[in-house]
Amino acid sequence: MQSSLPTFPVQASNFAGNVDALFSFILMTTLFFAVLVTVLIIFAAFKFRRRSEKEVGDDVHGNNVLEVGWTLIPTIIAIGMFAWGAAIYVNYRIAPTDTLDIYAVGKQWMWKLQQPNGRKEINELHIPLNRNVKLILGSEDVIHNFYVPAFRVKMDVVPGRYNTMWFRPIKAGKYHFFCSQYCGTNHAVMGGWVTVMEPAEYAAWLSGESGDVNPAAAGERLFTQFACNTCHLANGTGRAPSLNGVYGANVLLADGSTVVADEAYIRESILQPKAKIVAGYQPVMPTFQGLVTEEQILNLTAYIKSLQSQPVPAKGAGIAPSSAGKK
Amino acid sequence: MHRTGALYGQFKTLEQQKDTATLGMWIFLVTEVMFFGGIMLAYTINRHTYFHAFAMGSNTLSLGLGGFNTVVLLASSFTMAMAVWSSQTSRKSLITLFLSLTILLGFVFFGVKYVEYAQKFHHHLVPGKSFDIFYCVNSPTKCEDIDAADMAKEKEELEVAAKADPDLNAHAQLYYSAYFGMTGLHALHMVIGAGLLFWLLKESVAGKFNAEWNNPVDIVGLYWHFVDIVWIYLFPLLYLIDRHK
Amino acid sequence: MREQATGPAPQLPEKHYLNATYGIRSWLLTTDHKRIALLYLASVTFFFFIGGFFAMMIRLHLLTPSGFLLTPDQYNRMFTMHGVAMVFFFLIPSIPAVMGNFLIPLMIGAKDLAFPKINLLSWYVYVVGGMFTLWAMINGGLDTGWTFYTPLSTVYSNSAVAPAVVGVFITGFSSILTGLNFLVTVHTMRAPGMTWFRLPLFVWAHYATSIVMILGTPVIAITLGLAAMERVFGLGFFNPAMGGDPILFQHLFWFYSHPAVYIMILPAMGVISELIPTFARKRLFGYHFVAAASLAIAVIGFLVWTHHMFLTGQSTYAAVAFSFLTFIVAIPSAIKTFNWTATLFGGSISFDTPMLYAFGFLGLFLVGGLTGLFLGALGVDINIHDTYFVVAHFHYIMVGGAVMGYLGGLHFWWPKITGRKYPEWLARIAAFVLFIGFNFTFFPQFILGIMGMPRRYHTYPPEFQLYNVMSTAGASILAVGYLLPMVYLTWAAFYGEVAGDNPWPATGLEWKTQSPPLTENFEVTPVVTWEAYDFHNRPDLGLDVPAGRGSPVVAPAHGDD
Repeated sequence: MQSSLPTFPVQASNFAGNVDALFSFILMTTLFFAVLVTVLIIFAAFKFRRRSEKEVGDDVHGNNVLEVGWTLIPTIIAIGMFAWGAAIYVNYRIAPTDTLDIYAVGKQWMWKLQQPNGRKEINELHIPLNRNVKLILGSEDVIHNFYVPAFRVKMDVVPGRYNTMWFRPIKAGKYHFFCSQYCGTNHAVMGGWVTVMEPAEYAAWLSGESGDVNPAAAGERLFTQFACNTCHLANGTGRAPSLNGVYGANVLLADGSTVVADEAYIRESILQPKAKIVAGYQPVMPTFQGLVTEEQILNLTAYIKSLQSQPVPAKGAGIAPSSAGKK
Repeated sequence: MHRTGALYGQFKTLEQQKDTATLGMWIFLVTEVMFFGGIMLAYTINRHTYFHAFAMGSNTLSLGLGGFNTVVLLASSFTMAMAVWSSQTSRKSLITLFLSLTILLGFVFFGVKYVEYAQKFHHHLVPGKSFDIFYCVNSPTKCEDIDAADMAKEKEELEVAAKADPDLNAHAQLYYSAYFGMTGLHALHMVIGAGLLFWLLKESVAGKFNAEWNNPVDIVGLYWHFVDIVWIYLFPLLYLIDRHK
Repeated sequence: MREQATGPAPQLPEKHYLNATYGIRSWLLTTDHKRIALLYLASVTFFFFIGGFFAMMIRLHLLTPSGFLLTPDQYNRMFTMHGVAMVFFFLIPSIPAVMGNFLIPLMIGAKDLAFPKINLLSWYVYVVGGMFTLWAMINGGLDTGWTFYTPLSTVYSNSAVAPAVVGVFITGFSSILTGLNFLVTVHTMRAPGMTWFRLPLFVWAHYATSIVMILGTPVIAITLGLAAMERVFGLGFFNPAMGGDPILFQHLFWFYSHPAVYIMILPAMGVISELIPTFARKRLFGYHFVAAASLAIAVIGFLVWTHHMFLTGQSTYAAVAFSFLTFIVAIPSAIKTFNWTATLFGGSISFDTPMLYAFGFLGLFLVGGLTGLFLGALGVDINIHDTYFVVAHFHYIMVGGAVMGYLGGLHFWWPKITGRKYPEWLARIAAFVLFIGFNFTFFPQFILGIMGMPRRYHTYPPEFQLYNVMSTAGASILAVGYLLPMVYLTWAAFYGEVAGDNPWPATGLEWKTQSPPLTENFEVTPVVTWEAYDFHNRPDLGLDVPAGRGSPVVAPAHGDD
């Protein structure tokens, strides 16, 4: 819901509406008193302007009733404002128990955010719509502050302690976040974007797929996420062959035959690893059937393809000798 | 220039001058309370947070020397009060005597402080790159002034504290920062006090103080007593943590 | 000013404090509170220009989103040094050290302050502190923000933190000595008959300010001392890497720096309490309430400092308590505003320049003070903390309030200080220019804050540009509004029309002496038998006192011996 005052950012979190409402209440009340006093001053300045050179004003000491009145009434209104503000704040400081917890670390001058499944982002925060999200905030150096104007929330990030903040995004979209505690040279560029996505989209994003992410980069993340890198060491000393330069090359299999390492071979290797064993290696690779989606296989393939130009180790590549170096 | 006991131009009477100067000194002492209060607050908070390190730091201070200094300062406050009384009763030679005693006791305090500071320096307990709370137990030969029994006790205490606080050295350094900060600030105030006492001594020898005019003695007395009270706070805060063993 | 109805034009008195002695030594070694006030006037004006220069650089740079004028490090130095110069070297000393020093002895019927030599010392301490800080500004600058938050200031900053912090530390003692002097003077140096409740409210305001100065300033002194030790010797109180706590620094810092804002505004309120009765020719409505409100602000002002720290992750319940107290501290200011307004009703109001500044103060302090309520409300502070909303809020109070009070007071007392009048019509135009320029500069910043623009940003997203340009345009007008008085007040000091003892006329004791006053203020110590602002019982003012347009409402105020 867009706030009715045009200068307000869109109301994109559960807090925004209430915060704006309190803001408006304070605005209306203070505007009322400001206008009242201003009008009284202008009126008096006009009505009681000096008419003759030696004129003096009336001899009035004061009025105790007025004093009590204009003490009590502002006090009552002030307490009302205080109470409403405190209620919002207490709610904000005490997070619900069912939150999606994300770690956010500020350092000069960037933000590192980590999703529950380990997926990391820099200066970007992807979160699902209508879910309580809690940020656990840490700093590696000085005090920073994580501020999302559209959510109307912020919290200092203090070195030596953890602070937390929570909110529930209620509107999908992309919203600015800023560092809002002065932290040195590039304080002003230490910001980024919060992207609120539909839950399904978020889930998909979380596991590595994303329309606007480079497939090879996505594949690299998956390669780590699924722990492929623990066996397929690039230098050929792992339990599985290095994948440098393997895409498009002839692979020597244990039974003596060779096969071109194309997309189909890679897909089969992931889903049915025992179908073809590379010469010199044990059949220890687990199957990823049911654990990877088609899109993830595509991304992994793109990643392996990107390793074509990487240096092939002399031992532990699995590539048939006569086709070494071929595209 | 104005001579002691003369009426300054902005005042109508000596009585007004006296009341004004006294009130001025009281208000100045209030500012000193706020000044020391700030660092005492920082100390207290850190002592609560890092109790083991602070207790360890406290145990490396000499209770004997600190206690002796406390007695010295209390005595100096007594001699100062006697100096004020002497000036109120026009006993010129006694004013001089008691002021001299106060100065002397102040110097005794400085002497003991010097011994303590030198020891800390020797034991690598001055905050900075070479700060090391474990220095003496690791190299007992470098700290010959600690006898074997005390060294064993310190070693035992350090082991217990280090288990409770893995960052013991860093936190002990906080204790010593506070120690030098607070005692250093206190010592600075005592130096200023000593300077004021020397001036009073000079004026009393010249016969300026008597029952009619003793305001400066009174006011410097207030200052000196305040500096004493600060020490009365510092001594338990710094020396007496965890002394039950 | 009023024309002399009868009699020849007034002459400057033959002997006064300005011509009593000559030569640079007679000024640099003076113990005359009036000369010391002028020494302060010169030095605070110097720092006002320094701070103003930095402000100009900030506003010029922020004309474009990507910032064309300065590198990020340079910009960060600009806003830091603007804050340090303005807060510590202009706002805090300004009214007390210039006008308080000059006027308090005159207003209470004394020959000088209680401790004239300490008064001179306070100026020298200010100058030494100022030189340290100036040196820091020239040699590497300072880029930590005027708030010096740790560990940025003590560990990470590559700027001249130590000398700047030492400079501010030293200058703090100037403040302490001034406050001490004022407190003692008001207690022990009042003329016979000048009871507490006959004192001008300017004196009450400075009494309250002095309480804040002596209780608060020592705390910032020790805090900055510890921070300097940390920076230079690597101690660890505020450094988390060594077990220290950056939030402890903030508590200690704000314990002074919040009351400091009351040091800045209470004297200005005191000026307004002089201007309005004088130019409405009517005693101040609710004198006792206004006096009590000044003391209440000073005391309660010490209980709200954590409202600068609502979002540091501290105890929720502590935050709630401090928010409550923050709303309470607003009430005495509201009481004063209502009393000033009520004074106007039934008055005989003229629109001389000082009164224009008083009106300006009323309007701008109203906005500044009321916007404080938004920030004190915890739920709203979550959103607008550390945004331009805060910047606008405090500039409305500091500039719209304190500086308007300062300029209004300068104009009001210029005839007493120099013996000469300033050019009235030029001054009125300057006041208008200042008021308009001010609002154009700072009102758009409220909007920027609501839109979400954080403060201390050298570059900003393009959607914030419109209001930034508006703000810079306003600042250029504001600058003219400041330059004009600097020029014509200086001119008037030498060539203005001779003013006479009491050109307005006003009721204070300072106006019963010649203009400029004698070095010893009064030839004969006055004996006071009248109440403050009592136009109806002062035939010496030469005004017409008829039966009055209304009847007095309440029994007359009682004196207090």
